[in-house]
Amino acid sequence: MKFGVVTFPGSNCDHDTVHVLRDVLGYNTVELWHKDHDLKGVDFILLPGGFSYGDYLRSGAVARFSPIMQEVIQFANKGGYVMGICNGFQVLCESHLLPGVLMRNTSQKFICKNVHLQVANTNTVITKNYTHNEVIKVPIAHAEGNFYANKDVIKSIEENGQVLFRYCDENGNVNAASNPNGSVNNIAGITNEVRNVFGMMPHPERASEGILGNEDGRRVFEEFLQQV
Amino acid sequence: MKFQVEIDIMPLDEILDPQGKVVQRSLGNLDLKGIEGVRIGKHINFKIEAETKEAASATVEEACKKLLANVIVEKYEYTLTEV
Repeated sequence: MKFGVVTFPGSNCDHDTVHVLRDVLGYNTVELWHKDHDLKGVDFILLPGGFSYGDYLRSGAVARFSPIMQEVIQFANKGGYVMGICNGFQVLCESHLLPGVLMRNTSQKFICKNVHLQVANTNTVITKNYTHNEVIKVPIAHAEGNFYANKDVIKSIEENGQVLFRYCDENGNVNAASNPNGSVNNIAGITNEVRNVFGMMPHPERASEGILGNEDGRRVFEEFLQQV
Repeated sequence: MKFQVEIDIMPLDEILDPQGKVVQRSLGNLDLKGIEGVRIGKHINFKIEAETKEAASATVEEACKKLLANVIVEKYEYTLTEV
């Protein structure tokens, strides 16, 4: 299993993500450059957090048309694993690899804090190592994390079990008070219909090492440990 | 033919626009009376060279749909004026 982490101009979690995959988990991991068309034979692509292209126009909108994304879109459409964290999630929505859009937080503020998440579906490669409805703590850091899709799309992703994580409080209550950004149904992370593309606003790569005081996010990446 | 393109991109009517709400409240603080329904969008302009107005319009339409607006949450309108 070989992992690739894309760097766009303005990405700022690319090194953290590479560090967790390569140094913490021991995965064969390569850096991918936004101007390249070469995916270097990877099996799993991560689009990291940050502010690709300065978040100009809309978050993720410009990155969607970068050279590497043309390859990532083809790779995903052929069934390859692609995961977007924070800005990466925004890029995947703008690329139509995931449904919906991430709008400005209802508070209009950039929110940087630990939040609790309820794991809503454990039947995907990034959630397999959690238990159903488990409550985990993972940090968020975004101004545009307010997940929105129209009623029909929300109905279909809920019915298909495409919601992976929901914002909740420490006791697992999913409600308005535990919703940091206004996301519909407290949605924090989703997958596509065939479950090979994943997006989440919280940062599991920032919660993957004991030395940082939180390892709740590490299991997102652990499914492939046996295949290293 | 060359055209001046003026594009307005606005949040869809059914989308909550917290920015507009905050600005409306702020206008209230100025004691300006009677202002309601403040919504905030984007204005984009550029020039375009094309054989006909229809061709120019088709290009602008594609630019709006593919990049300039996200039609899940935004609507757009534009005008073309020959220059």
